[in-house]
Amino acid sequence: MFGTAQLLGVLASGVSRQLIGAPHPVLTTRALPVDPADPGVVAAAADLLATMRRSHRCMGLTAPQIGLGWRLLSVDVSRHPRTRSCAGEFVMANPRLVSASRWERAREGCLSVPGITGDVSRATRITVRGEHPGSGAPVTLHADAFEARCIQHQLDHLDGVLFLDHVTGTRSVHQGARERCDR
Amino acid sequence: MGLSAITVLGAARPGVVAEVTSVFTRYGANIEDSAMTLLGGHVAMMLLVSGRVPPASAFPGMTVTAAEAGRGHGCEQPGLGYVLTVHGPDRPGIVSAVSGALTAAGGVITGMTTRLCGSLYVMIADVRLPPEADVAEVMRRLAAAGAGLGCEITFRPAEAEVL
Repeated sequence: MFGTAQLLGVLASGVSRQLIGAPHPVLTTRALPVDPADPGVVAAAADLLATMRRSHRCMGLTAPQIGLGWRLLSVDVSRHPRTRSCAGEFVMANPRLVSASRWERAREGCLSVPGITGDVSRATRITVRGEHPGSGAPVTLHADAFEARCIQHQLDHLDGVLFLDHVTGTRSVHQGARERCDR
Repeated sequence: MGLSAITVLGAARPGVVAEVTSVFTRYGANIEDSAMTLLGGHVAMMLLVSGRVPPASAFPGMTVTAAEAGRGHGCEQPGLGYVLTVHGPDRPGIVSAVSGALTAAGGVITGMTTRLCGSLYVMIADVRLPPEADVAEVMRRLAAAGAGLGCEITFRPAEAEVL
């Protein structure tokens, strides 16, 4: 178990990792639950944050996107103009969606699928439960608007699903920014 | 009034759509159904046009084809709508294999987009299946086709949203 100061130190000392791009099996395979108190999981959480901070366009990331088939996600939507609820920068282990309502369609992209975006229908109000890396303390998060969309996009990654699997039709696919991932 | 099917292909540049459509206006032609997309660095337009068809020389720098198109071929395919997504490593034969699996079940592709993003090949198709189609069997055929290609395939009902 980590003390608070020790945990903050570990989470701040992550290393930016290579971002995995599709096609890659780790992006289409369901990720495995983790022990949130495991030092390796805490280190991976720190790496997720460090990797997310590297790109100004990255507002969410999952362990599979850095090559780990673990149920870990990080999110920070504080810089997005469509953000309403904002939990700031956070990382969550074993997240699960416990409620979702008010679906809306909007365009989204993914750093692991550069050059293409798509219209996807997602809930705009959600509740997610998971665990805090390090302490293992249960975490409940209520999110709406863009933060809700971002979290659902990351939850899909943990289930081996890409946003492409949700686009609403052929006219819902668009060219997107070609910011490259690392491979 | 006669109906013509016209394709226009040219280099993508600002103002090209306005330029092309102004030619039809000048000749008194009416654009009915149309679709336009960017394919690589090219703009590709497909149009059903009624009225007088401009000659190809009216579109300098563009490749234009025109053919007579009959009316009354039906704008609505019977059956139920689905959306198909295929993504995986780029390789020859993906569209052929997947569309073959749909055709074997009596399915009709009513729209299709494919994109190559690096080594990732993406295919999205609007599909209609006849009401009597065995959807589970279609999904098994698609899954088999996807497994053979190393691709992920999802096949789901299209959202209607007609209120």
